[in-house]
Amino acid sequence: MSGRPMEAGRTLAMGENEAVARERPTVEAPFGRALARLGAARPEIVGLTADLGKYTDILPFRDAFPQRFFNVGMAEQNLVAVAAGLARTGLTPFATTYGVFASRRAFDFIAIALAHSNLNVKIIAGLPGLTTGYGGTHQAIEDLALMRMIPGLTVIDPCDAVEIEAATEAIADHPGPVYMRLLRGVVPVVLEPGQKFEIGKARKLREGTDVGIVSTGFMTERALDAAEGLAGRGVSVGVLHVPTIKPFDADAVADFAAGVGHVVTAENHVVVGGLGSLVVETLFDAGVSRKVTRIGLPDRFIECGSVPTLQARYGLTTEAMVATITGLL
Amino acid sequence: MLRNSPSGEADVAVLRRKATNLRRHMLTMARGQGAGYIGQGLGIADLLAALYFHELRYDPENLGWADRDRFLLSTGHYSIALWAALAEAGIIPVEELPTYGADDSRLEMSTLDTTPGVEMIGGSLGHGLGQGVGQALGLGVHRSDARVFVELSDGEMQEGSTWEAAMSASHFRLDRLVALIDCNGIQADGPVVLDMEPVADKWRAFGWETVEIDGNDMQAVVAALAGAREKNGKPKAIVLRTLPGKGVPRIEISEKSHFFRVDVSEWDGIIAAFEKSEGGTA
Ligand SMILES: Cc1ncc(C[n+]2csc(CCOP(=O)(O)OP(=O)(O)O)c2C)c(N)n1
Ligand SMILES: [Mg+2]
Repeated sequence: MSGRPMEAGRTLAMGENEAVARERPTVEAPFGRALARLGAARPEIVGLTADLGKYTDILPFRDAFPQRFFNVGMAEQNLVAVAAGLARTGLTPFATTYGVFASRRAFDFIAIALAHSNLNVKIIAGLPGLTTGYGGTHQAIEDLALMRMIPGLTVIDPCDAVEIEAATEAIADHPGPVYMRLLRGVVPVVLEPGQKFEIGKARKLREGTDVGIVSTGFMTERALDAAEGLAGRGVSVGVLHVPTIKPFDADAVADFAAGVGHVVTAENHVVVGGLGSLVVETLFDAGVSRKVTRIGLPDRFIECGSVPTLQARYGLTTEAMVATITGLL
Repeated sequence: MLRNSPSGEADVAVLRRKATNLRRHMLTMARGQGAGYIGQGLGIADLLAALYFHELRYDPENLGWADRDRFLLSTGHYSIALWAALAEAGIIPVEELPTYGADDSRLEMSTLDTTPGVEMIGGSLGHGLGQGVGQALGLGVHRSDARVFVELSDGEMQEGSTWEAAMSASHFRLDRLVALIDCNGIQADGPVVLDMEPVADKWRAFGWETVEIDGNDMQAVVAALAGAREKNGKPKAIVLRTLPGKGVPRIEISEKSHFFRVDVSEWDGIIAAFEKSEGGTA
């Protein structure tokens, strides 16, 4: 036996504070709080889950609006189909489950029932990437790749509590289907509060010239910490945060890459098909010639174990990122 | 050496003691990390004891034997029950049990088929019955007389795939296939969130020969399994009403029954109380 126990606590499959890399202020259930707030102003918002209400932070909405909340049971295809039906009556459904079950089990329903008809449904996907120790059945390591292939679907991977709340508001305003990754439970605050979330816009969070990290999801927090650490050693590292995977902010990425010596991509996802692939495609299209190093998960199923152990083993920690970047110089 | 014979008489007293041993193993496992899906495991301990020590034909020394009966645990998160049965059957060393859920343990909290004795990867729920249909069809192609037992949960009856498999099993007249439906009344969000009654009638309507029993009554479990041996062209469904945490009062009454976690200190008290109430049945 080694490592920390596989903490499950209030959750089904989880390491405690699954997204926290280092000490930061935190917010409890930012998605649920934001949705409950929105629900008060917007009676057309309805909530759904497939037997994972407790585990996807949507209970604040259910408690505030029990008449507008539907638990369809453990039935992810039905979850998406029912959400499509609700949307066709003029409502705005937010439907929660885990990323694996939304993207794998219900793929056809998201593609056809939602995206093909451009229906106004928001899929909120828990346990993104390597945030659970339950092995391949629960780790949504390729959901961004799958979802970005679907025409017309907006795909978002927020980095912290502030961004989750802002993105929840933004996608409620956006008329069309969305797949958003969820960081649940106790979620750190990384960004300055008070900013609006702009779908499709990257944000430069740190200037730097030697290395430019293009990151998404919770890897942005780690990228900022890694950049800070490397600055102390005289390495200038910039960070471009790309929370929207689709539509992709190709211009911002090409500009950013042109200003640095070496590009590093960082995602909580396999390195094929997701952010890393998008950056490489983008730079090629734009004629920007830079070496790109992709940090992310390998193209294989990942074992069971505690979340901190696995994240360290697969190079998603700040320390691993610092080591990778140091090796490039 | 081959375990269990197809027509053997059940010694219910022996099987009850086996079930107690399985419960003891599960307590050992859950104490290791302080947590686990032990409520579910304790609930189906009687079923697994009856299967592994009476009904299933298998050879612990030759797990790959082509004509073995298959037991598919569709609910991967019930792994604790399977590890207990495999340990009691001598397939997994008892000393390994405390590693349940620990980093790099073979005794994962959700099954992978890399651990000996595991016939499928559970955990992405709703996969089991269809895989059971395929194994039952395949055994038929090979002219084997082996049978296939698939455990699934009440929650899994909400997945459409379960009913797709149910419909195909009766179409293919798979009388070697036995569905063991653990109706423990709970799922992730608490008490079952959809009204699925009448459960037995649904299976009957799909062409399954169905009985409904108290899944914690060993006599009833053994009788239902014996009834399911009939070669009559119909798949068999046994609806088991079970109590999560059965046999361990502290867990029976817990509201956390989908996932149970307490302090290590409390585990020792729970285990002491269990041994006291089970005194001398080991
Ligand atoms: C396809 C799928 N959807 C959702 C989950 C998450 N999940 C794990 S256990 C569970 C409850 C399923 O019901 P049941 O097996 O009856 O639960 P239990 O009796 O163990 O509480 C859920 C929704 C899953 N593992 N697989
Ligand atoms: Mg259940």
